[in-house]
Amino acid sequence: MDAAGLHVRTLTELARGLAAGDFSAVELTETLLERIAQANERLNAFVTVTADEALAAAAAADAARAAGRSAPLQGLPIVHKDLFCTAGVRTTCGSRMLENFVSPYDATVVARMKAAGAVMLGKTNMDEFAMGSSSETSYFGPVRNPWDLSRSPGGSSGGTVAAVAARLAPAGTGTDTGGSIRQPAALSGTVGLKPTYGRVSRYGMVAFASSLDQAGTVTRSAEDAALLLGVMAGLDDKDSTSVDHPVPDYLEALSAPLQGLRVGVVRQHFDEGLHPECAARVREALAAIEAQGATLTEVDLPNIDLSVPTYYVVAPAECSSNMSRFDGVRFGHRAQDPKDLLDLYCRSRGEGFGAEVKRRIMTGTYVLSAGYYEAYYLRAQKVRQLITADFRKAFEKVDVIAGPTAPTPAFALGEKTGDPVTMYLNDIYTIGANLAGLPGISVPCGFAAGLPVGLQLVGPHFAEERVLQVAHQYQQLTDWHRAAPEAFA
Amino acid sequence: MSLTAKQVQHIALLARLQLEESEFDDVVDKLSRIVDFVDRLQAAPVGDVLPMAHPLNQSQRLRADVVTGHIDRDAIQANAPATRDGFYLVPKVID
Repeated sequence: MDAAGLHVRTLTELARGLAAGDFSAVELTETLLERIAQANERLNAFVTVTADEALAAAAAADAARAAGRSAPLQGLPIVHKDLFCTAGVRTTCGSRMLENFVSPYDATVVARMKAAGAVMLGKTNMDEFAMGSSSETSYFGPVRNPWDLSRSPGGSSGGTVAAVAARLAPAGTGTDTGGSIRQPAALSGTVGLKPTYGRVSRYGMVAFASSLDQAGTVTRSAEDAALLLGVMAGLDDKDSTSVDHPVPDYLEALSAPLQGLRVGVVRQHFDEGLHPECAARVREALAAIEAQGATLTEVDLPNIDLSVPTYYVVAPAECSSNMSRFDGVRFGHRAQDPKDLLDLYCRSRGEGFGAEVKRRIMTGTYVLSAGYYEAYYLRAQKVRQLITADFRKAFEKVDVIAGPTAPTPAFALGEKTGDPVTMYLNDIYTIGANLAGLPGISVPCGFAAGLPVGLQLVGPHFAEERVLQVAHQYQQLTDWHRAAPEAFA
Repeated sequence: MSLTAKQVQHIALLARLQLEESEFDDVVDKLSRIVDFVDRLQAAPVGDVLPMAHPLNQSQRLRADVVTGHIDRDAIQANAPATRDGFYLVPKVID
């Protein structure tokens, strides 16, 4: 029986151990629940830990295996960002508004993972309604970065990346609207995958900006991301924006060599805003990929500098519309003793939402209001078309675009909360993929000032296989993803 | 400041958000910074480009108009702050 060091193993390694009978799903779950109990006070990675449910699911997975049944994620532990609805377990979105909300149904992502045998350990903390880049806007307090507890793990999927980086769970889900999986993955030394828009169902994933939101994964290896995506991806009748496109065998595609791969390097991604040590690590990663027979070509995305202002019109506009469902009537927080219906709406929302969510609702309301719609919203949608066309043109010349995920390593808690625009610029390298609906991944590529740095790979629509393949091949050359923060090794 | 206090009050009402006096100045300041920032779009060379509403430039997929599964009303209303006989309760709106 070989059950030592279970917490440092990847999903793929754990699956092998479970299949070989080296340890049981219950033993694995107990090990991780114990780590969560010890670490969560320091990290604040979880809003809710579902210990009883996890042990029951693990026992069921062990029983199924004993009965000769198998499933792709049988007995494998997973955490879910707390905006995926989970039947019977509260879903807060990191907000006072939904502090006591218990969904009557499972999100499709949750249901598919459950059906594949996964064991949910808990629901992870996040920026309120996924609006933030530092996981500091949560009603339940900020998440801390396992590499340095005085720093942010990035956001908005900060709880999931903190849990995976601190070896409290091998994998988890996140959502990425402007970089909310890839940026925190970079800042925490984990692998973050954002699939093509529509690749994964959004049903039961509380909406922030519906034309940008996409569910994805946080893991420690690209191989694990491929394993999870195979379970999550595909058409869902419950989400009319999920796309009817065949789901390939993502694991099979990983082994192709990099020989002949055309890698595009975006000129604008290496500007003065990029931390010099991050630039150095990314260039080293590009050189390693080139040494495997890939060719590097400079590509131009002439309108990419407008991606952040475009996003901060489109996303708040969609947010203001989506957030109108929180009315203090059907679910969520309700103000005490309203004097009339308007007072009920205004106070329930004023009390239930935090400062950043209010700012985004108001920005969106402003850009959609009479007299401003054309100057802001319509114009932003046109610029979005330009940015998307720039990517399309680039992908005529290259197979994948590679560059930095985030401009700096993890920043201190409180460092960027004073100015929203400074915070927004964290997503300068990630937002383009959301506007254009492209798949992207961040993989660890070394350290700057002792903190993790991420390499971002972006592919054409539905080229998840390719970005996963490049990430996996890179991880065969390097061990950065095996590095664990000292306090949580 | 690109937005006035009066404009912000109007936006807050449209958005059905009550702002506390203690947070109001901060909201005006930060919203103004955001509006100044997104004003960079005014210089964009958009010409006669078509606005993009869907990241894959696709139109909505339709389904057959048939009854599908539904979630039990009582289960849904378990999350509501106030209900009676299957209805949601709100302050009186008709005199």
